[in-house]
Amino acid sequence: MPKGYSIFSILRHGMRPGKAWPEAWAKAEPKPNYDAIIIGGGGHGLATAYYMAKNHGMKNIAVLEKSYIGSGNVGRNTTIIRSNYMLGANTAFFEKSLQMWEGLSHELGFNLMVSHRGQMVLGVSPGQMDGLARRGNTMRLNGIDAELFNREEVEKELPYLDFSKEARFPIHGGLLQPRAGTVRHDAVAWGYARAASALGVDIIENCEVSGILKTGNKVTGVQTTKGKILSDKIGIAVAGHSSHVARMAGLKLPVESHLLQAFVTEPVKPMVHHVVSWGAELFYLSQSDKGGMVFGGHIDGFNTYTQRGQFNKVKDIMECAVTLIPFMARLRLLRHWAGIQDMTPDGAPFICSTPVDGLYLNGGWCYQGFKATPASGLTFAHTMATGSAHELNKGFELDRMMRGDTLDEHGTGLRNYRQ
Amino acid sequence: MKIPCPHCGDRDLGEFVYGGDASKKRPEHGSKGAKTWHDFAFVFENPKGPHLEFWHHTLGCRQWFKLTRNTATNEVIEVVE
Repeated sequence: MPKGYSIFSILRHGMRPGKAWPEAWAKAEPKPNYDAIIIGGGGHGLATAYYMAKNHGMKNIAVLEKSYIGSGNVGRNTTIIRSNYMLGANTAFFEKSLQMWEGLSHELGFNLMVSHRGQMVLGVSPGQMDGLARRGNTMRLNGIDAELFNREEVEKELPYLDFSKEARFPIHGGLLQPRAGTVRHDAVAWGYARAASALGVDIIENCEVSGILKTGNKVTGVQTTKGKILSDKIGIAVAGHSSHVARMAGLKLPVESHLLQAFVTEPVKPMVHHVVSWGAELFYLSQSDKGGMVFGGHIDGFNTYTQRGQFNKVKDIMECAVTLIPFMARLRLLRHWAGIQDMTPDGAPFICSTPVDGLYLNGGWCYQGFKATPASGLTFAHTMATGSAHELNKGFELDRMMRGDTLDEHGTGLRNYRQ
Repeated sequence: MKIPCPHCGDRDLGEFVYGGDASKKRPEHGSKGAKTWHDFAFVFENPKGPHLEFWHHTLGCRQWFKLTRNTATNEVIEVVE
């Protein structure tokens, strides 16, 4: 655990007013060469660097971030963590990630405000309830917590939903994962950055990669806005821009970049005590510690790299919010923003080596990236350090579509709106 | 964002359904090799820049057409047909 923050350090600091806290991580400038370079200083990139240093004893590592730490998707998601997955590789991987969140604040010495408030997935038809029962059973067989609720039980826990006779989508019940919840996302970026920096990792901000250098089919380094940096091990962790960066090494990926919007309302008193997701349309909502309702829905539906959402999707998501939770109509929207997601054909990620020697890929997160941060860092660090897959990311290979081994957990992917 | 329908003029995005990359060429019927079909179905150019794509004016004239859009800015560069 990196030194620095404790009750004593706060008291000591309070005695010396006006003195700034020391920077949480060192502002590094690039060295000419590294044992490994990670492109992308988001949650996954920083976690990867941290686990490479901690578990694999590598110290000469650089994380290259094109903007500042916390500027990308790690600060743009709706902060939900959960492990209600049921297909092969997904189940164990996301469960490992949830377990890692449980002790992470202590490990990093940084309060991530991990809140196991539970996630309730609501079913709006008997068929959906059958589906939720099946999912719950699969989870429990894998040792993951899940409880099936009927309509009356849901009404007791979430009385603010529309239980009227006029409800357009009557609530039939729900599946609760009690250990699911939320995490303060900025703290994840800062906590990993601070812990990695303490282990000697160079975190280089405002350093955009403009080219990947190769000799034959082997990577030798990167060209950046801060000059040429050499390394024979390069990891791409830039989800949203994976295709863009992989193309620099001559690779085409089964990925399309799509835009996802998120919203927060003005703060109100505590009312929503779970993460709530809805089966009628993809919609999810939680209440932040500050009191704002944080919510989101589906992707905008066409590939784009602009971080600006379109209004028709704003309207769709507001309709979802008000249909499910009538009081939402009385709240004012405070902010809304967007992030770019890698969407893959089956809706599952890639954590793997690539056909280019020394080049590794972590991407294709399909807006499931945030909850996966710790396990993604752990397994990607293993893959990059040893050159072979960790037990948990064996199913996330780049050629799984070619082998017919897709992980189509939700029956979605980047073209689900056309089916 | 507005989409310039070649038949109806500029209309709101909400009237349209996106149809994906229009530069892809479907392999000949009966083509052999899983890789050929894999690349057609699953691999995307996904450029950050001009992108030729299909749109369907679902809530308008119901015609399919192609246009070139800059994916970095969403600016429509050219309506093809």
